[in-house]
Amino acid sequence: MNVLLDILASAGLWAAVLRIATPLIFGTLGALLCERSGVLNLGIEGIMTFGAMIGWLVVHEGAGLWTGLAVAALAGAMFGLLHSGMTVTLGLSQHVSGLGVTLFASSFSYYVFRLIVPVAGIPPTVEPFQPLNPPFLSDLPLIGPALAAQTAPTWLAIALALGLGWLIFRTPLGLAIRMAGENPHAAEAQGLDPLRLRYGAVIAGSALMGLGGAFLTLSAFNSFFPTMVQGRGWICIALVVFSSWRPSRALFGALLFAFFDAFQLRLQTMVEGVPYQLFLMTPYILSIAALAVMARHARVPQALMQPYRRGER
Amino acid sequence: MRLERRETRPVALTLLAPLIAVAAALAMAGVLIAIAGAPVLTAYMRILTGAFGSRLSATETLVRATPLIFTGLAAAVAFRARLWNIGAEGQFYFGAIAVAAASSQTLSGLPGPILIPALLVVGAMAGMVLMLVPLWLRLRFSVDEVVTSLLLNFVAVLVVSMLIDGVLKDPMAFGWPQSQPVADQALLPKLVPRSRLHVGLVLAIVLAGAVHLLQSRTVFGLRSRAAGLNPSGAAFAGVQLGQTLFRVACLSGGLAGLAGAVEVMGVKGYVTTDLSPGYGYAGIVVAMLANLNPLGVVLAALFTATMFVGADSMSRELGIPSYIADVTVSLSLLSMLVAIFFTQYRIRR
Repeated sequence: MNVLLDILASAGLWAAVLRIATPLIFGTLGALLCERSGVLNLGIEGIMTFGAMIGWLVVHEGAGLWTGLAVAALAGAMFGLLHSGMTVTLGLSQHVSGLGVTLFASSFSYYVFRLIVPVAGIPPTVEPFQPLNPPFLSDLPLIGPALAAQTAPTWLAIALALGLGWLIFRTPLGLAIRMAGENPHAAEAQGLDPLRLRYGAVIAGSALMGLGGAFLTLSAFNSFFPTMVQGRGWICIALVVFSSWRPSRALFGALLFAFFDAFQLRLQTMVEGVPYQLFLMTPYILSIAALAVMARHARVPQALMQPYRRGER
Repeated sequence: MRLERRETRPVALTLLAPLIAVAAALAMAGVLIAIAGAPVLTAYMRILTGAFGSRLSATETLVRATPLIFTGLAAAVAFRARLWNIGAEGQFYFGAIAVAAASSQTLSGLPGPILIPALLVVGAMAGMVLMLVPLWLRLRFSVDEVVTSLLLNFVAVLVVSMLIDGVLKDPMAFGWPQSQPVADQALLPKLVPRSRLHVGLVLAIVLAGAVHLLQSRTVFGLRSRAAGLNPSGAAFAGVQLGQTLFRVACLSGGLAGLAGAVEVMGVKGYVTTDLSPGYGYAGIVVAMLANLNPLGVVLAALFTATMFVGADSMSRELGIPSYIADVTVSLSLLSMLVAIFFTQYRIRR
């Protein structure tokens, strides 16, 4: 029991929660935005991998950290354009197209990385984002040290979650995006263009996924290696369902998930005799459990995964 | 310009679609090779000679194609019924570890002719069991099986890692985490002496034919296609969706489990966590390239294996990262989707 309390009371745990949550917040928000417009984007795993690679590579070649993030977002947007071309214009299966984008984006990342960075015993590193250490917040009791340790992109992710919630529920554009995802025929009847709305949402959402990947190599770690995304994209897809397609709940879900993950990491080092693989499994099993619990109650966008073609019903 | 649905699907175009897709993918990959500064045609020649240039390399390509036929079939039968089994990678590992466990512990006393079929059944069952989890979650809680089957891949590899680090660990492996070897009489007979090519290839091709007959000539095949094309219509016509999907899931998971079983019994002889270089995921590409046709799966698997084996030797000679094979294969999946689309639609001004 004391062990558990010791873990909970440590500032390191709460700093890790925010750090682990950040890529998940970016990714979940991105997937959420795509799905709100009616497009499931399973390209997320590959887009995050590519974002992680290209963001790191740009910085490694001498650009600034913020340039790295911007390039990662831009690259994500390009893959979003590819996915929306396949699923919105051509109306292809969103499942298969998304998996295709993931396979392509991840293998393309490894190809570009290997081409430019030769095999080395010690992987090359970059100087990552430094803790922002904001005044006032850092002086708070309990959570102060954890907040002080966070880097700028983490604050950006939290701001984005709030901003996206405002966009989706409080602006005409948000209403239009939701309409494209609920009933594109009705949107068309209102003089909106569901195809354009879906393109925009998928491209913007994929840019967020790219940012989530870049956070891994530019803030959480300082180098890139293949398979580093480790299923985080798929976990984001599960978190979207868990959040009932609401950005504020996505923020909460990502933090909750990160809490369990950070907790199990610390428990691993303290508990003897339990295979470490059991601990590593928990994030995936938790995601599956969350899906099973939430799927029944979730209000799925009604036109999710349904292609919209003008004049066809 | 607008897209218009074709009245009929042109047969020639449908048959040509995979070739067009592969050609487009090779052209795009060619651009990447050129950017990397290597001569494109030479690179492709090296891939071909690397995959078929000698007796050894040709058999290696067929060895690579064998698990891809199984996982390709696993994806094809599931996708036909719109059951999105993306968990073939995990099911592969479950099949593999089940064979290692059964052969090293309980069944090891049996003679080969009984042991080999028994182990194949065990491997297939293990893959099935893992596939039934996402199916159950879909039928019981209406959870999309794509995400659950994907997440289970990570769980499955960790389970295997735990077992080969624990109860199934080979004490003779100098501390490396690998499973105890399967019994000698459980190893699959070789097709070609002094090579790694084993009878698993024959089994794979026979199964492709069997799946083809099952889909085109039986009531189950009709039902599984109907469940995919129009679930509510099929249900209205008396197809029991749950039961049909259950059978499809068993078939699909079983084929993926068999892939792992055959790989252990035919090639490696023991299980490690790098037994599969993504055979499960590549199976999705294979199935799509074959347009979900079981016989086409054999050819698509051969193409994919050619790229992987050939690119390995090309990369050593020309200094192009061997990931170019993965890039080409994934690009051919994307081009295939577009090519299939244009067998159904045309562009009108």
